Amino acid sequence: MVNKPSRPTHALLGQDQWNIQLDSNGKLKHFLTTEGLGSNILNQILDTAESFAGVNESVKKVPLLRGKTIVNLFFEASTRTRTTFELAAKRLSADVLNINISTSATSKGESLLDTLRNLEAMQCDMFIVRHADSGTAHFIANHVAPHISVLNAGDGQHAHPTQAMLDMFTIRRNKGADFGRLRVAIVGDIMHSRVARSQIHALNTLNTGDVRIVAPETLIPKDIEKMGVSVYQDLEQGIEDADVVIMLRLQKERMMGALLPSEQEYYQLYGLTEERLQAAKDDAIVMHPGPINRGVEIDSAVADGPRSVILSQVTYGIAVRMAVMSMTLGSHGSSQDDSRETRP
Amino acid sequence: MTHAANPDQLLEKLATDLENLLEQRNISDPLMVGIHTGGAWLAEQLHKKLNIQQPLACLDISFYRDDFSRIGMNPQVKTSQLPPQVEDDHIILVDDVLHSGRTIRAAMNELFDYGRPASITLACLVERSGRELPIQADAVGQILELDSNEHIKLTGPEPLAWEIKRIDNQKAD
Repeated sequence: MVNKPSRPTHALLGQDQWNIQLDSNGKLKHFLTTEGLGSNILNQILDTAESFAGVNESVKKVPLLRGKTIVNLFFEASTRTRTTFELAAKRLSADVLNINISTSATSKGESLLDTLRNLEAMQCDMFIVRHADSGTAHFIANHVAPHISVLNAGDGQHAHPTQAMLDMFTIRRNKGADFGRLRVAIVGDIMHSRVARSQIHALNTLNTGDVRIVAPETLIPKDIEKMGVSVYQDLEQGIEDADVVIMLRLQKERMMGALLPSEQEYYQLYGLTEERLQAAKDDAIVMHPGPINRGVEIDSAVADGPRSVILSQVTYGIAVRMAVMSMTLGSHGSSQDDSRETRP
Repeated sequence: MTHAANPDQLLEKLATDLENLLEQRNISDPLMVGIHTGGAWLAEQLHKKLNIQQPLACLDISFYRDDFSRIGMNPQVKTSQLPPQVEDDHIILVDDVLHSGRTIRAAMNELFDYGRPASITLACLVERSGRELPIQADAVGQILELDSNEHIKLTGPEPLAWEIKRIDNQKAD
């Protein structure tokens, strides 16, 4: 067990980097990481998402962002995230552009910044960015025109903040708003998981009672304890009496070298089966950010079982992304004095 | 500035006026819809006083505001609770203060996303000066003449009371 440290410093980004997420009035302008945002902002996202969940169940579409143009800039493959962002934008009446990077000008040698300048010239209002390199969304947020908001839809191994917030929303819907009495176990490939990093920051900010990570030693990042989590290498010990069990996908495409003997052996030790799930509380929920690898990190009986909320996570993802989009695009009207340097 | 009467007294008058109006208009089974937050408190009481059969509904118009790009997202959005469709319903829309008319415009837009109501009757506890749209109430507790920088707000729900402030450069909502 470790004591929870004060705010951790990030290896990749300077101390002041996360402030660019807020405008001069303290409102959310870009959403790049859950790190460094206060519980007021995170709870506002969850509260706003709650009312959008109501919209999704009734009228489906509201006119809030009519006339705004939102660009999906996905440099890395995605189905769930891109389509839920697209649906969220459409349900807010915004126009959506999906830029297929692999067939776009970047493959003809245009630089990222030149692509951005061109999209800005088309009077876009928001970029939703996914990229295999950590820090890309920050970089773009630092260089866009002041009226544009940037949302991080996953950057390398760094952050995936909307996924983390839809996970918080799923936990809140199932377990109530008091995170203080919850034990949450995150199981699997922590090393390569931007989702886990964003979840840990959000869980800590929301004052979760006990945040645990469970993984083989080779998949645990060095010094992870400094993020305020306790570390377990045994699955059943790690999820003991947990209220929430979050399974992560084994990210084979990011693995360099021999971190695991085989998928079969991983499943033997870390695959979540009904039997192993007995260690958690009787009413524990099982989550997974998807895509799931059946028979690798999770057994089908659990993934499709009564305690799985995996498909609810997808549904809630729309409401949470609607909340973040409307909060960030709504912030511009109130901030007249954006003093950031934008043009290089 | 005229004095604003006690909200509970106004509510009595509004209930009586509304009852007569519904009789005049031959409306027997209306759907009452309160606008968050003040209108929802009033609608709850009117719903009881008029003994309305259809369950009470409420509306949060935050997603339909016309000043979103200027002032941004309302940090405390509530969820609208309406029946799945309002097709051919006679709706009584309830709000605390009718001022610019923009809230009512937004509320009507939202209602029409749920269907085509047979009619909408607007009931307001206070109708004050400062209309910016061609919208008027059908049933009113009290008519108040206020300066444009005077702001009246209902606080509640227990007890209901008026909060009146002078605010310079305050935009009407």
